[in-house]
Amino acid sequence: MNPYGITLTLVVFYLFSELHARRKAFYTNPVLLSIATITGLLTLGGFSYESYMESAVFLKFLLGPAVVSLAVPVYKGRDTIKAYAREIALGIAVGGTAAILSAFYIAELLGGGREVVLSIAPKSVTTAIAIGVSEEIGGIPALTAVLVILTGLLGNAFAPELLNLFGVRDRIARGLATGVSSHGLGTARIITEDELAGGISGLAMALNGVFTALVLPYLIEVL
Amino acid sequence: MRPYRGLAIIFGFYALGEFTSLALDLPVPGSVLGMLFLLAALLSGAVRLEWVEGEAELLVRNMSVMFIPPGVGIVTYGALITSQAVPIVGALVISFLVTLLVTAKTVEILRRGRK
Repeated sequence: MNPYGITLTLVVFYLFSELHARRKAFYTNPVLLSIATITGLLTLGGFSYESYMESAVFLKFLLGPAVVSLAVPVYKGRDTIKAYAREIALGIAVGGTAAILSAFYIAELLGGGREVVLSIAPKSVTTAIAIGVSEEIGGIPALTAVLVILTGLLGNAFAPELLNLFGVRDRIARGLATGVSSHGLGTARIITEDELAGGISGLAMALNGVFTALVLPYLIEVL
Repeated sequence: MRPYRGLAIIFGFYALGEFTSLALDLPVPGSVLGMLFLLAALLSGAVRLEWVEGEAELLVRNMSVMFIPPGVGIVTYGALITSQAVPIVGALVISFLVTLLVTAKTVEILRRGRK
């Protein structure tokens, strides 16, 4: 087994993380820059994705246990979830469904092929869950991974400003809207501005992931 | 051997989730089922928080690097993505706006009704 894939991933990600720590901005997102850089290096060097994945698959495998681990932050946030149960339940049911349906129909309307449409449908939930859902419903997990990160970057860069623009002042509404629309990356931004909204956003991200994973595969069959 | 208790529990629930998904032929990812099982175990007291807390938080905090290998898979879809750039970018941006706004307004209406 060649060790280059995992080594390259760790080195490139480490370097971009250093850059991001020094220059915090959505365009220095280390995951996106790492994907772009490694993709470029593989293409330039004429290496296949299979040879890269021989060892890099180890990192991908850890996504499964990482998703299972999301039970811990949800468990620790159970009092918050109880306190805002109605808002969270309805916000996720309505917002999570709106995310799936709008992505699905807009992509189809603009001429997206079936594989592409299915890859876009789960784009609002946290990457690890979205990749799993994409695999299950016949999308392209790699495309989903990139689209999820881009969606998150939109939330990271613009969610608080857009909420201001739309006159949304309620902190619970701001947190839920951010977590449901742009998962962890949106949460990372709003938590720096408002801890309550940020905490709600993180819980909304995890719960919307579960909601989407349970609902989307069945919804897709009737769409 | 403390970290192995946490890892054994987390990987055990992952395996249980994957097995359930396969055995019942569910279209739901096994990892999500495993998360729900672990959550149920925590809530019922079958698993104590301190058994898994450290290892779970380590995995959650370091999730970012795990997205890179699947993301690099994009390298094999260059032509498809270029030809479908319009639906991809259009759906991405518009659906993000719709989701943000619909969720915010739903919760706002709910909160106003309560006050």
